[in-house]
Amino acid sequence: MKVPPPPSGKVGLPAELSLQLLADMLRIRRMEEKCAELYGAGKIRGFLHLYIGEEAVAAGAMRALAPGDNVVATYREHGHALLRGVSMDRIMAEMYGKQEGCSRGRGGSMHLFDAATRFYGGNAIVGGGLPLAAGLALAAKLKQEPRVTACFFGEGAVAEGAFHESMNLAQLWQVPVAYLCENNLYAMGTALERSESQTDLCAKAASYGMATLKVDGMDVAAVHETALRAREYAAKKGPIFVEFQTYRFRAHSMFDPELYREKSEVEAWKERGPIHTFTARLKAQKQLTEERFLELDRAAQAEVEKAVAFAEAGTWEPAQNLTQDVMTPA
Amino acid sequence: MSAISYREALRLALDEALEKDERVFLMGEDVGKYGGTYAVSKGLLEKYGPERVRDTPLSELGFTGAGIGAALGGMRPIVEVMTVNFSLLALDQIVNTAALLRHMSGGQFSVPLVVRMATGAGRQLAAQHSHSLEGWYAHIPGIKIVAPATVEDARGMLAAALADPDPVLLFEYPALFETKGEVSGEKVDFASSKVRRQGSKVTIVTYGGCLPKAIKAAEEVDGEVIDLRVLRPLDLAPVIASVRKTRRAVVVDEGWRSGGLAAEVMARLMEQAFYELDAPVARVCSEEVPVPYAKHLEEAALPQPEKIVAAVKGLFA
Repeated sequence: MKVPPPPSGKVGLPAELSLQLLADMLRIRRMEEKCAELYGAGKIRGFLHLYIGEEAVAAGAMRALAPGDNVVATYREHGHALLRGVSMDRIMAEMYGKQEGCSRGRGGSMHLFDAATRFYGGNAIVGGGLPLAAGLALAAKLKQEPRVTACFFGEGAVAEGAFHESMNLAQLWQVPVAYLCENNLYAMGTALERSESQTDLCAKAASYGMATLKVDGMDVAAVHETALRAREYAAKKGPIFVEFQTYRFRAHSMFDPELYREKSEVEAWKERGPIHTFTARLKAQKQLTEERFLELDRAAQAEVEKAVAFAEAGTWEPAQNLTQDVMTPA
Repeated sequence: MSAISYREALRLALDEALEKDERVFLMGEDVGKYGGTYAVSKGLLEKYGPERVRDTPLSELGFTGAGIGAALGGMRPIVEVMTVNFSLLALDQIVNTAALLRHMSGGQFSVPLVVRMATGAGRQLAAQHSHSLEGWYAHIPGIKIVAPATVEDARGMLAAALADPDPVLLFEYPALFETKGEVSGEKVDFASSKVRRQGSKVTIVTYGGCLPKAIKAAEEVDGEVIDLRVLRPLDLAPVIASVRKTRRAVVVDEGWRSGGLAAEVMARLMEQAFYELDAPVARVCSEEVPVPYAKHLEEAALPQPEKIVAAVKGLFA
C-alpha cells in the first residue's frame, strides 16, 4: 500500500504541552525498548506485544482524558497504562511477575490493571473490551456521573461480533463512550484488505449511526486535538468512533518472524515515526533544542533504570497465596 | 403466606430487588414490553420504566459484556440471556472476562453481576433449546453457580446473588415454573446443599429440574434426597453425612454423562466417603444424544423416576 508522507507543518499546541507529549512518547519508547531487551534476557516471559511506532495515539489521547474517566485497553497496553498514571515501577514489576506489580503478578504484560486510575485493563481477547466499555459508560449515564469511557482497540477487532454488538448498543443507548481504534493495518499478520470486505472503518461505525473521526495516528498533535474533540462529543452528545491510522514498527509479539510484510514497507513507515517527526517539527519552530530533547530522553531512560531496579528488587508472592482473589474474600 | 408458583417467586424476587436497590436493573431480550419469554418479568417495565427494565437487541455477547462493565461501574445489573442455549453466544464475556477479572487484576476489580437463564429439557423444544450446561459452567473458577429447585429458593436466591460481590449465574427451571410452594420471605442460605426428603436406604443427590423426579423415585425406595442448590462451590458435607447413614448413593443430573457434574460429585464421594460406601456410586444422567423432539424419544433421553429406581435397585443387586 501507499505510505502517506510524514506528518509535517506547524504544531499548533502550546509549547509546554508539546514537550509533555514528546516526553510521554519517549517514556513509552524507552520503557518498551528495555522490555524487549529484558525479554531476550529471560526476565520477562509469556507474550510481549510492543507498541513501538504507535506511541502518538496513547500519548495524544490520554492527555485528552479527565482523571475521572474510565480507560479500557488491549494486550498492547503498556503505554496506555503508563500514561494513564500507573507507575513505570509497577508496570515493570508486573512484567517480571512480582507481587509489587500493578496486577500483583497475576496478569503480566497483557493484563495491566489499576483501580486508582480507573484503568480496566489489559484485555487479551480481541474485541473483549468493547462491550465492557459500553457497560461502564452505561453505568456512568445511569448514575449521572460526568465520566467518559475511552476504549482502545486495534482494527483487527472490527471483524469480531463484539465490535458490531457494542457499536449498536452504545449508539442505541447513547452512552458516553469514545471507541478509539488504533488501525495499525495488520491483525497479527493479516492485512486489513485481506480480512475485511469494507476497509473503511469509519463507515462501519457510521452504519450504526455513530459519529466518527479519522486522523493520522503518527501525528501526536493531530491525535491530541482529535481526542479532545472526541472526548467532548462523548461527554456532551453520545458515543463516537475514532480511527487513528498508525503502524507497528516491531513484530506482533516476540514470536513473530514478520513474513507478512515487506521490510521496505516498515522502513517507509518509520520515516513517519511519531517521535522523530514531532521532534523535528518542534525544533523547526524553535520550541525544542537538541539539549532539551536529550534532557527529556535522559529522564525517560532514568525512569526506566529505576523501574528495572524496582522490579528486580521486587518479591515473589508465596505460592500458598495462589488461590487468593479468585473470589472476593467474605 | 399462601402458596405461590416458582414463576411468581422469581417475579417477586425481581420486583423486590428493583424496589430495594436503585443500582439494580434488569436487561435482556424481551424482558420489558414482551414481559419476559416465560412471563417472569411481566409488569416490571410498567412499574420501573425502560431504564431499569431494559430491552436489549439479540446481542448476548454484547449485553452480557455491558453488564460486566456496568457492574464494574457501580451498578448491580441482572442480565437475562433467556436460556442457557443462548448463553453460549455470551460465553467469552462470562468465562474470559467476568470469571477472570478479579484474579487477573490482582484482586482490584470484583464483578458483582448476576446472569439469569432458563435451562433444561422436557418441553419438546428439541436439541438447540434443551441444553443442561450448568455442569459446564460449574467447571470455571471465579463464578458461582446456583440452581434454585424450590419455590423458596426461586424467591430467595436472587437477593443472595445480588448481595454477592462476584459473578453469579442463576439457573431457572421452566420444568418447575408451575410448581407451588410457600415462601417465608427470609434470607436463604447461599452456600449449602439441603436434604429435601428423609430416607434410609440410599442417598439420591440432584439439583434443579430433576428434584421432583428424584423425590418421586425416593418415595418408592426409601431414599434420602439431597438438593445441591449451589453447584459451585459444591457443598458435599450433607451428602457425605447422608451416605454415612445410607451407605449407597445415586447422582441424578440432567447434564450429559461424560465429564458432567454427576461425575464430579461421584469423584468427591470416592475421595471423601469411599469407606462409607457398600456399593459403587451410580448415576442417572441424560443419554449421550442431542435432545430429540418427539415426546417418547425426549423422555427416553432424560433422567426419569423409573431410571432412578432402577439405578437404586442395581446397588442392591
